[in-house]
Amino acid sequence: MSPDLVKTIFGRLTWDAIPFHEPILLGTFAMVALGGITVLAALTYFKVWGYLWREWLTSVDHKKIGVMYIILAIIMLLRGFADALMMRAQQALAFGDAAGYLPPHHYDQVFTAHGVIMIFFVAMPLITGLMNLVVPLQIGARDVAFPFLNNFSFWMTVGGAVTVMLSLFVGEFARTGWLAYPPLSNLAYSPDVGVDYYIWSLQIAGVGTTLSGINLIVTIVKMRAPGMSLMKMPVFTWTSLCSNVLIVASFPILTAVLALLTADRYLHTNFFTNDFGGNPMMYVNLIWIWGHPEVYILVLPAFGVFSEVVSTFCSKRLFGYSSMVYATVVITILSYLVWLHHFFTMGSGASVNSFFGITTMIISIPTGAKIFNWLFTMYRGRIRFEVPMLWTVGFMVTFVIGGMTGVLLAVPPADFVLHNSLFLIAHFHNVIIGGVVFGMFAGIVYWFPKAFGFKLDPFWGKVSFWFWQIGFFFAFMPLYVLGLMGVTRRVSHFEDPSLQIWFVIAAFGAVLILIGIIAFILQMVVGFMKREQYADVTGDPWGGRTLEWSTSSPPPAYNFAFTPVIHEIDAWHDMKQRGYERPTNGFIPIHMPKNTGAGVVMAGISIVLGFAMIWHIWWLAVISFAALIVSAIVHTFNFKRDYYIPAEEVVRIEDARTEALRSLA
Amino acid sequence: MAHAQTLTEADNTRFHLTEDHHPENGTLLGFWIYLMSDCLIFAVLFACYAVLGRNYAAGPSGADLFDLPIVAVNTALLLFSSITYGFAMLSAQAKKVTPTLVWLAITGLFGLGFLSLELYEFHHLIHEGAGPQRSAFLSSFFVLVGTHGLHVTFGIIWLVTLMVQVSQRGLGVEMKRRLMCLSMFWHFLDVIWIGVFSFVYLLGVLK
Amino acid sequence: MSAASHDAHDAHDHGHDHHDGGAAHGTLKDYVIGFVLAVILTAIPFWLVMADVLPTHQMTAVAVMGLAAIQVVVHMIYFLHMNPRSEGGWTMLALVFTLIVVVIALAGSLWVMHNLDTHMMAPMPHDMRQAP
Repeated sequence: MSPDLVKTIFGRLTWDAIPFHEPILLGTFAMVALGGITVLAALTYFKVWGYLWREWLTSVDHKKIGVMYIILAIIMLLRGFADALMMRAQQALAFGDAAGYLPPHHYDQVFTAHGVIMIFFVAMPLITGLMNLVVPLQIGARDVAFPFLNNFSFWMTVGGAVTVMLSLFVGEFARTGWLAYPPLSNLAYSPDVGVDYYIWSLQIAGVGTTLSGINLIVTIVKMRAPGMSLMKMPVFTWTSLCSNVLIVASFPILTAVLALLTADRYLHTNFFTNDFGGNPMMYVNLIWIWGHPEVYILVLPAFGVFSEVVSTFCSKRLFGYSSMVYATVVITILSYLVWLHHFFTMGSGASVNSFFGITTMIISIPTGAKIFNWLFTMYRGRIRFEVPMLWTVGFMVTFVIGGMTGVLLAVPPADFVLHNSLFLIAHFHNVIIGGVVFGMFAGIVYWFPKAFGFKLDPFWGKVSFWFWQIGFFFAFMPLYVLGLMGVTRRVSHFEDPSLQIWFVIAAFGAVLILIGIIAFILQMVVGFMKREQYADVTGDPWGGRTLEWSTSSPPPAYNFAFTPVIHEIDAWHDMKQRGYERPTNGFIPIHMPKNTGAGVVMAGISIVLGFAMIWHIWWLAVISFAALIVSAIVHTFNFKRDYYIPAEEVVRIEDARTEALRSLA
Repeated sequence: MAHAQTLTEADNTRFHLTEDHHPENGTLLGFWIYLMSDCLIFAVLFACYAVLGRNYAAGPSGADLFDLPIVAVNTALLLFSSITYGFAMLSAQAKKVTPTLVWLAITGLFGLGFLSLELYEFHHLIHEGAGPQRSAFLSSFFVLVGTHGLHVTFGIIWLVTLMVQVSQRGLGVEMKRRLMCLSMFWHFLDVIWIGVFSFVYLLGVLK
Repeated sequence: MSAASHDAHDAHDHGHDHHDGGAAHGTLKDYVIGFVLAVILTAIPFWLVMADVLPTHQMTAVAVMGLAAIQVVVHMIYFLHMNPRSEGGWTMLALVFTLIVVVIALAGSLWVMHNLDTHMMAPMPHDMRQAP
C-alpha cells in the first residue's frame, strides 16, 4: 500500500505507537490483558453476561448506577495509586549518579496521569456514585429525574476512563501536568498524541459529569417526598445539591477551555500560543475558574457524609443544621471568587493578588464553622467508634492541618516562596485525602449495608483506616519540609543527597497507604465471605436518622412501597420516635422507568470518535460522529420508556420483608 | 388519604401516602439548567474575545473586515425565525398539526438562510487571508461565531427530527414538551446572537 | 394557561405529566410585542454605528451594549416567558446564579488579564497592528 493510503486509513497510528520497547509498560499490559481475559472467561464460564447486561450495564436504577460508579472509581484508584508509588520510588532513588528507573519522558506521563486519574476518574466517580446511590433514597424518591440520562452519564465517564487507559498501551499520555498548561501543551511543544488523549478523555467524561449534575439538581428540586421543604432536607442532600450546582456552573468552562486548546492544536488557531497575539495565561486564568469550584465539588459531598455520620454515630441531631446549610451555600458562591490564588505568581500585581488572597482567607470561615458544628455534635454525644466514625475523626484532625497550610498559601508573599513547591503538593493532598478520600471511604462503609444488605468487615476497616491515617502523615509531612526547603514539584532527579532521607520517608508512607488500600478491599472481600454474619435484615443497621434507613437493605427496585411523608428534619428518626409501623397491605402498582442499552452504545461510539480524533483518522471520526448523532435521534423515537411493577410483585417483595422482620423479632 | 380506622392507623398514615404519587415532570427545568450551562460555554468564548479581541498581530481588524449589512440581514433572519417559532408554539398549543409543521418549516428555512450567510462570510474572510489562524482576534472571532453557528445547525437537525415526530404522533403532552425545549433552545440562541452582533460586530467596527 | 394541555394525553404518558410545573406559555400578543421591541432595539444600535450618530465612539459603544442588555431582557420576558414564578422560581434562581457566574468570569478575566498586561508588558499590544 502507498504511504499516503496508509496515512489516510490509519492517521498517525503506526506500530511505533505500541510501546514494545518499554518493559514496564509491556509488563503492565501483560498483567492487564491476563487479568482482563481471566475476568471475561469467568463471566462467560458462569454464563453471567446476560444477567450483567440486563441487570447492570443497561440498568437505569440509580442504586445500581451509583454502585457501578464506585466500582469504576476503585479500579481507577488502583491505577492512579500505582502511578503514585512509581513516583515515590523514583524520587527516593534518583539522587546524584543514580538516575532511578523512570526516564523523564516516562516520569512526566506518570505524574500527569496520576493527577488526571485521581481527580477525574477516582474522586469524581466516587462522589457522583455516592450521590446517585443515596440522594434519591434520602429524599424518598423512586429514581432520579432522568433515569436514561443517568445511565448515559455513567457510561460517558467510563468512556473517558477507557480513553485514558488506552493511552497506556497505544501511544502515550500527556507530559504536561494534570491541567495541561500551554504553551507546553500546544502543538509547538507537544506535537504527539499525549495531550490529545488528555483532551478527549476529559471531554468525553465531562459530558457525563455535566449531564449527571443537571440530573441530580432536578431530582432534588422536583422529586422530594411531600413535606420535605428545603430546610428539612438531609445535610448530605444539601451538599449534593450545592456540589451539583457547582458542576453545572463550572464544567462547561472546562469544556470550553479544552475546546479552545483543541482548536489551537487541530485548527492552528492562536488562543494560547506565544505568537500572533495569543496569550497562554488566558488558559491558566480560565481553567482555574473551573478548577477552584472543582475543589468544592469534591469536598462538599464529603462534608455531607461527615454530617450524616457524626449525627448517626453520636445518636444526636446534627448541631447547627441551618448554619451548616448556610455555610454550604456561602462556600458555593465564594468558590467562584478565589481562582487566582492558584497563580499569584503570574504577575497581575498587588491589587489583584490582595483581592484574591483575602477572598481565599474568607472562604475558610464557613469551613471552620462546619468543623465546630461537627465537634459540638460530638460534645456529650454517645459516640460509637465504628469505622465510618473513625474516618470522620481522622478527617477532622487531618483536614484542619491542610486547611491551615491553605491559609498560609493564601498569603500572596508566602505563595511567591512556596508556589509550585512540594509544600503545595503536601497541602492539596492533605485536604483531598483528608477531606475527600476519608469522606468517601466513610460514606462507602456507612452506606454499604444499605446497598448490599450486609456490613463490611470492621477489623479490616479499622486496619485500613489506621494505615491510611498514619501512612498519610509519613507520606506528606516530609513534603511540607521539602517544600519549605524550596524543592519544586514534578522533578524526577535530584543532586543534593541531604534531601534523600525525606523522600525515603515519603516512599515509606506510600507503602503504608498501599497496605491501607489493600485492607480497604479486604474489608469488602471478608465482609462478603461473612455476609451471613454481618447481614442487616432491619434495613437500619446503625440507628440512622434519615429516610434511606426506613426501607429494606438492599432497597427494592422501587425504593419505597409507599411514598413517605416528612414532618421533621431527621425524618426516619422522627418516624421511629412516634412508633411508626411499616404498612403491610394496600399495595398498588408502581410506575418505573425501563432499562435501555442506548447509553452503552452512545458511549462506545464516543470512545471510537475520541480515538479517531486523537490519531487523526478523519474518516473514522466523521463516521462515528454521524453515528453518534443518528443513535441519539433514534433514541428519541423510543417513546416506551416506562412500565408498571404489578401490585402482586410489590406484595411478594414486601411480604418477604415482613416475614424477615418477624423472624428477627 | 384513606379513612382512619384506628388511632395508630391514623398516626401511621401521617408518614406515607397511600395513593399513587407522581412528582412533577422535570424536563423543562432540566433543559433550562442545560441552557444555563451552555450559556457559560459562551461566556468563556466572549471572555476570550474580550481579552484577545484586539490582538490583531499586525493583521486586519474588525473595522477592516466586518460587513455590517450582511450582519444586519443575518440578525433579521434570526429574529424572524424567533417569531415564526413562536407562531409554531401557538399553533401547537391550539393542537393544530399542519400549521405547526408549516411554521416549523419556515423557522428552519430562516435558520438555513442564517447559516448560509454565515458560511459565505467565513468563506469570504478565509479567502481574503483573514482565517482563524491569522491572529488571536480572528481565532476568537471565528470560534465564538462558529460555535453559535454550530448550535444553530444542531437546532435545525433537532427541528427536522421534531417535525417528523409531530407528523407521526400529533401534539400530545410529550411532543409539546419537546417543542417547548427546542423553543427555549432557539430563543436562547437568539439571545446569544444579541451579544454577538453587539459586542463582536458593532463594537468591532468602532475600534 | 396550560389547562388545554391537561386533557391532552398520550397513550404512554401515564398521567404523571399533568404537572408541567407551571411552565409558562406565550400568547400571540406576547410574541408580537416582543418582536416589535426586538426590531426597534436591533435597528437603533445598527443605525448608531453605521451612520456614526454619536460624537464619540465610546458613547456609541456604551449605547450599543446598553441596548443589547435591554434586548436580552425583552427576549427573556416575551420569547422565553421568564417570570419569577415559573417552575416554582427555580428557573429564575438558576438564571440569576448563572448571570453572577458569567459576570464574575467575564469581569474577572478582563480585570486579571488587564492587570497582567500592565505589569508584565503584553506580548502583542494592540498598537502593534501598524508594525510590519
